[in-house]
Amino acid sequence: MSGILILAEHRRGTLRDATLEAIGAAGTLKAALGGPVTVLVIAADPAPLAKAVSVGAVDEVITVARPDAATYEPHVYEAVLRSVIAQRSPALVLMPHGVDSFSLAPAVAIGEGLGFATDVFGVAVEDGQVVATRAGYNEKVFVEIDFPGRTGVLLTLRGGSFAPETAPASPAVSAIDAGDGTARSKHLDWRDPPATGGIDIPGSPFILSIGRGVGDEANVAQFLELADGLGATLGCSRPIADNGWLPKARQVGQSGQLAAKCNLYIAMGISGSVQHQWGMKHVENIVAINKDPEASIFTIARYGIVGDMLEIAEELRKQKGIH
Amino acid sequence: MKILVPVKRVASLDDEFELRDDGRDVDPDFCEFDLNEFDEYALEAAVQIKEAAPEGSVEVVVLTIGPDDADDVLRKALAKGADRAIRVDDAGLEEADRVAIARVIAKVAENEEPGLVLCGAQSADQGNAQTGMSVAALLGWTRAAVVSKLDFAPGAATAQVERELEGGLVECLDVETPAVLTIQLGINTPRYASLRSIKQANAKPIECLTPHDVGLSDAEIGAAGALSRVRRVFVPERGRGEIIAGTPSQQAARLLEIISEVNG
Repeated sequence: MSGILILAEHRRGTLRDATLEAIGAAGTLKAALGGPVTVLVIAADPAPLAKAVSVGAVDEVITVARPDAATYEPHVYEAVLRSVIAQRSPALVLMPHGVDSFSLAPAVAIGEGLGFATDVFGVAVEDGQVVATRAGYNEKVFVEIDFPGRTGVLLTLRGGSFAPETAPASPAVSAIDAGDGTARSKHLDWRDPPATGGIDIPGSPFILSIGRGVGDEANVAQFLELADGLGATLGCSRPIADNGWLPKARQVGQSGQLAAKCNLYIAMGISGSVQHQWGMKHVENIVAINKDPEASIFTIARYGIVGDMLEIAEELRKQKGIH
Repeated sequence: MKILVPVKRVASLDDEFELRDDGRDVDPDFCEFDLNEFDEYALEAAVQIKEAAPEGSVEVVVLTIGPDDADDVLRKALAKGADRAIRVDDAGLEEADRVAIARVIAKVAENEEPGLVLCGAQSADQGNAQTGMSVAALLGWTRAAVVSKLDFAPGAATAQVERELEGGLVECLDVETPAVLTIQLGINTPRYASLRSIKQANAKPIECLTPHDVGLSDAEIGAAGALSRVRRVFVPERGRGEIIAGTPSQQAARLLEIISEVNG
């Protein structure tokens, strides 16, 4: 039992950044857990991806080429990953806490009897044993988890919690055949998010975003005017887009847009779920306006107003002369 | 055909809460409980399949694991269209993690033989995103996670689903059945229960079983069936920004100052 195995996550031919974060995490744990650090790439054509994961502390890249892995398929991935784990017995298996992992990680952990924790943002090694930290009760507490009696541990890592590793490395690359397994689902098509209609959340330096606190669809229109009057782009949290009150192109968060260029983010009536924070917590100036003083958004905000978003909006309109 | 919908009674914390004496969980006296939001969408998806099928051909069975207080969430599910409710008592499950809970659900699924198991994509309180897909793994069934659209005719060999990926990208796929699917928010609009249906739900029996009743051995129950253990729960030190006090008018004025300071 030694070494760290990382499963590379990729989609439509591109390695996802979360894999580089997992490699970064492995780099900091390598000394305590012992090497090697190995990245497993499962794809129809793994060669270009093998190159992309040759960074940081990676000692070895294993590639498995399978035509039935042209797109992610959980049953195929499970068979391959379990076969590699059975051969290598890594002390730690890492993968991103992403949508693909949701349908993969539990099957691999159960199948191989590995210790298991998800959405982990802290990993330590104490007396040779892995201890993971994640959040509980809607982010209000942290939970330390250990894995008694387990010689290997599988963790899925929260995005943005570990520094990505990008420094080039020269690992050994070996192609192997691994895993039987047949696909039980069939990829039909991709559907890109609907056209943004000129709404540019990723490129906007100033975003005013509304959430459930807006209460009613009839209240939404005034925030378009308010954002416009303040020179901001109007964004929203998931429930507003799910309700169809604003187009999906305005949704900030994991299943929506990343506010990549934003410098000022005013969150009105947004509690601050992990999925929403994923899209905006990096912003330097976050202002949170929420009735609930315990809302998690306040833990990442630079400025907070505990109050009613509709009242504050009305005052802003009045003072700015927005009608 | 049956559709099994495992549901969770999730906890939200009061403003001021305390930890349990052993420091490994929050004291439940400081929790408020409700049906997990994601499960409302899974239940609605099941009820919609039932309503689209010939009358009486699909039965929606809801299941939860917990003490008798958890009957509340089952009653809510019955009021929203479930036909039958099962509660597996949590005696002996204190040290269960999500995988150990999934073992209970998988046993119930083996006994009930549903054609589809629909779970929430994750719980609103702990957000592990483990339980539903663990059930699939334990059953050896087909699985797909974070399903944002579902077309399934009872008896069909496949279900057509969409899964919602990061950045709003959608993958359309065919999934062999029987399958376990975890359901994403927004897949439908969960209905409200009418007063009449709430009354009817309150009159319906809830089948109460123990982990042994469903066929679990001691080696699978609670800590013995878990892959993880909570060592410690703690309240993190967190930064707190500057709280802008005053009347709404003063707060708005300060906010406009901040906007012009930051935007230059």
